[in-house]
Amino acid sequence: MTSPDVVARGLTLRYGRTTALDDVTFTLAGGRIYGLLGRNGAGKTSLLSLLAGFRRPSGGRLTVAGAEPFEDPQVTEQVALVRDPGPLYDMWRVSEVLDFAARMRPRWDAACAERLVERFEVPLRRRVMTLSHGKKSALSITVGLAARAPITAFDEAYLGLDAPSRYAFYDELLADYATHPRTIIISTHLIEEVASLFEEVLILHRGRLLLHEDSDTLRSRGAAVTGPAAAVDRFVDGLTALGERRLGPTKSVTVYGELDGERTRRARAAGLDIDPVPLQDLFVHLTEDDARAAAATGGAS
Amino acid sequence: MSAAFDDSTPIYLQIAEQIEDQILRGDLREGDQVMSTNQYAAFYRINPATVAKGFHQLVADGILYKKRGIGMFVSEGAAETLRARRRERFFSDVVDPMLEEARMIGVSPDEIIARIRGAGARR
Repeated sequence: MTSPDVVARGLTLRYGRTTALDDVTFTLAGGRIYGLLGRNGAGKTSLLSLLAGFRRPSGGRLTVAGAEPFEDPQVTEQVALVRDPGPLYDMWRVSEVLDFAARMRPRWDAACAERLVERFEVPLRRRVMTLSHGKKSALSITVGLAARAPITAFDEAYLGLDAPSRYAFYDELLADYATHPRTIIISTHLIEEVASLFEEVLILHRGRLLLHEDSDTLRSRGAAVTGPAAAVDRFVDGLTALGERRLGPTKSVTVYGELDGERTRRARAAGLDIDPVPLQDLFVHLTEDDARAAAATGGAS
Repeated sequence: MSAAFDDSTPIYLQIAEQIEDQILRGDLREGDQVMSTNQYAAFYRINPATVAKGFHQLVADGILYKKRGIGMFVSEGAAETLRARRRERFFSDVVDPMLEEARMIGVSPDEIIARIRGAGARR
């Protein structure tokens, strides 16, 4: 199975006077695992609803293999969106949810569903409304993975899981991806745990696409420069500073951009520490515009 | 994030280094097959493409070679190539920083040499 490309061009979504997505442009090549990052309200769910065909864009285009998802079942059957379903299936039994999904999804893998339900210990006979938050999440994940859709998006659905179940989810996801490669989009604001699963990362901020980058490249762009304040200031002059902290005469500045080896060597020779910044910290800094504005005007952050 | 890796360098480079270490220690011998990309990815919970990048680096360096449809194997002479390269790095990565630290705190090179020769133990 090959997964089609997902292409957004100037994609915009407004709810009344609120702009949820603002002129978003990207191309997701088929068959990779993407991290869709953003703070609460950044537009992650809006973007995924457009992908699943639940809404129509207010402007621009979103296409899957060249076709728009809205009201096109040929497109939407290729997209599985895993999210908290709300009260929709409350009265259904777990087994009925699975049977329904099996009828709706042309590539449904019943054996996979059976294995996952067993692993997550979701009782088949119970009604959905009587399940705990974690078991409901597990059921959503089961439906999403067993659907074997060419494009599968997890919209924070796994956040309801406890830690052992989340690790089970990562294992199942990778195992399934290994045998059935396809496009996987994982939306989250809890990054630390899943960062190593991503091949590429997209960061949405206030409805705009802040960046779309290979995750290794993104990691290599961030650095924390620490040392005597004056020396740090000299070094970071001309670099993009995302945030800074002070401890007496010592200053630490998080910078973003290409730091070549020569520059790093000179800094170390000058007694500065250059440390990597974990993806989650980089994300926090990049989406912290209040702190950046404060830093730009010289105020303490 | 897998506990086996830190944030200091890209994960794919750390994977490459891990395999190099296994070859240097003799855990992996010339002609041995290396675990597959997917096995690696599953074991460390990382993206298979990241693992593949590490493998490609080792193939480009002549440490591993690919048998189509079968997998990755350790090249002939891999251990010797790695040893030579690591020896060069030993001085820049281990000895030079130690000398810098010694200079900073006023330890002379003679003292260091004496220590290495075992004189430190008799003092």
